[in-house]
Amino acid sequence: METKNVMIVGVGGQGSLLASKLLGKLLTQEGFDVKVSEVHGMSQRGGSVVTYVRFGDKVYSPVISKGEADFIVSFEKIEAARYADVLKKDGKIIVNSQMIDPMPVITGAAVYPEQVLDELRAKGVFVDEIDALSLAVQAGNAKSVNIVLMGRLAKYFDIDYDKWVEAIKVSVKPQFVDVNLKAFELGYNY
Amino acid sequence: MKKLMLGNEAIARGLYEAGVTLVSSYPGTPSTEITEFAAKYDEIYCEWAPNEKVATEVAFGASLRGARCACAMKHVGLNVAADPLFTLSYTGVNGGMVIFVADDPAMHSSQNEQDSRHYAIAAKVPMLEPADSAEAKEFVKAAYAISEEFDTPVIIRMCTRIAHSQGAVELCDREEHVLPAYEKNPQKYIMAPANAIRRHPFVEERTKKLSAYGETSPLNRVEYGGTEKGIICSGTCYQYVKEVFGDSVSVLKLGMVNPLPVDIIKDFAAKVDKLYVIEELDGIIEGHLNALKIPCTGKEMFSPIGEYNQTTIREAFGLPQPESVSADTAVPVRPPVMCAGCPHRGLFYTLSKHKITCLGDIGCYTLGSAAPLFALDSTLCMGASVSGLHGFNKAGGKESEEKTVCVIGDSTGMTGHQQNPTTGYNIKGDPALAVNLEALCKSIGIEHVRVVDPYNLKECEDAILEELSVDAPSVIISRRPCMLLKYVKKNPPVKVNEDKCVGCKQCMKLGCPAISMKNKKAHIDFTQCVGCDVCTQLCKLNAIEKGER
Repeated sequence: METKNVMIVGVGGQGSLLASKLLGKLLTQEGFDVKVSEVHGMSQRGGSVVTYVRFGDKVYSPVISKGEADFIVSFEKIEAARYADVLKKDGKIIVNSQMIDPMPVITGAAVYPEQVLDELRAKGVFVDEIDALSLAVQAGNAKSVNIVLMGRLAKYFDIDYDKWVEAIKVSVKPQFVDVNLKAFELGYNY
Repeated sequence: MKKLMLGNEAIARGLYEAGVTLVSSYPGTPSTEITEFAAKYDEIYCEWAPNEKVATEVAFGASLRGARCACAMKHVGLNVAADPLFTLSYTGVNGGMVIFVADDPAMHSSQNEQDSRHYAIAAKVPMLEPADSAEAKEFVKAAYAISEEFDTPVIIRMCTRIAHSQGAVELCDREEHVLPAYEKNPQKYIMAPANAIRRHPFVEERTKKLSAYGETSPLNRVEYGGTEKGIICSGTCYQYVKEVFGDSVSVLKLGMVNPLPVDIIKDFAAKVDKLYVIEELDGIIEGHLNALKIPCTGKEMFSPIGEYNQTTIREAFGLPQPESVSADTAVPVRPPVMCAGCPHRGLFYTLSKHKITCLGDIGCYTLGSAAPLFALDSTLCMGASVSGLHGFNKAGGKESEEKTVCVIGDSTGMTGHQQNPTTGYNIKGDPALAVNLEALCKSIGIEHVRVVDPYNLKECEDAILEELSVDAPSVIISRRPCMLLKYVKKNPPVKVNEDKCVGCKQCMKLGCPAISMKNKKAHIDFTQCVGCDVCTQLCKLNAIEKGER
């Protein structure tokens, strides 16, 4: 199988690392060669965070580069647009409609480009936008945005629902399993 | 059994399997997790040293005693550890010793982009460079074998993309390394001139033997793929080359990057029509080929700046790139910021408000340099704030002494809250002696020592203005735990009373990521706010109200 690429982007503190670990674990169990690459450090402090998940028969590079991503899963609205050039021609963007102002917007040096996803749609990009924050709150914890989005991604994957559930159970702390399974379900059925 | 592991986690597994019993390190991205994962094995004594020089010396002591040991640091940490490293090359080892150094091409979280291979060359010690997690673990074991066979410390060079990428790793059992009876050997371990003079020829001879070892070691391997193109590479560059070319070019993958082999390179060069060297950062392998008078193409095609990836390789070779689209509107940058509720903010706000010259240091508080606080004047390296301030003051005369401060120390927040000498706990979370900062400052003769709560702006302002007016050195300890720590209790988020808010933007001067302007009124993001109440102290109209639990 040709290598498939999932890029997960968001804002430091949103839980994208856990999402990539969950995905990596699941894909390994499915028998794929998997590489997951993340950048820690400065990006933890509210900066733009990027994680790459690659899987196939044999994966070499740990990173996904321009025009290669099958999916971009974005935890924040404009982060999806920031990395849009990494998407494959027929790739899909799954994006949380939540808007988090970056510092240049907070200080008034820049304007938040709310229309930017429409620009991508106009160019024929597939954009699946969901209000993951509201769904996470509905599931019982605003921090479960990451699992809501994994639920959404699962819809486009050919892996049994139950296997995702099992992967979630071993990836999150026992006390958060129920909330996260609910979050996953809400994202999946949105 | 195979497990998906970070490169750093795989290193720790390698340490475990190799029978290592001591790891002493100083945290620094992207090297930190090596020691954090090693600490999960009960068989390995782990600790955070106060800096990389101490860590290396602690490991030396363990090696002297006959144990297999390690230390880990980021690239700039090796600058600090350079002093013991260069002489460790002469003493050699008793128990195997491996130094892990993680470079950060593209400077994801570093202050420079230095290439650690120069240290291996300068200190005349072998250096290995793995290309993924599985290799990382295997190279650890190979490094201990080399260390003990050739009587040398070994450096393993990581980079961000290897250290922070997960790949499948086959787990093996631990092989215990039996601690030998200790025998004193002053000629080998006391590096006074008379002994060191005898050790230097040993080092030169060792380098020759290591070079010969590299000729046949499986660490260096050739993957033939035709005669048209031959590519010499190591580490993460190997992955990018394979990603683009697959098996359609010949590749000489170097696992041992110092000393570099001669014969296999000559042999490889003779078998291909055109030879390329692809290496991130400096042209070290290329320089080796130049010295051997082997024609090759390297840095004329590839930049010494930043990271490479598939796109870089395709571009350099003029290969077609995959199609891509992008939005027309520019997306504003999202730099890292001090978190909502960061205890540094109150102090930096006060320094910024009074336009005080402030020499900074390295950690989360470097973020105080960013808009809108612009509170720092310099950030050079760990510890440069106090010494830099001293020079600044002495050169600037009395006037500058009255207006300058330095900010140091934030309990390793940026790297993820590793324990340090002031926290009162060790890496395993067990209680340890805590250094009393107030007593420490007083013991070195500083009479003006006071503690402030940075969440209290009035307290900060009074302390700074009062201490600046004193004709003696003062230390103000701004004491509050990082609010990301799990044990720190968060308050309910504060709320803006829109009837009272006039949109004066006074609260925006804090640069808190939770506060923004929506419809000309301040707005607080409930998902980020931790109720630190610093913004409420700035609002003259009392428009920011405490939240409800």
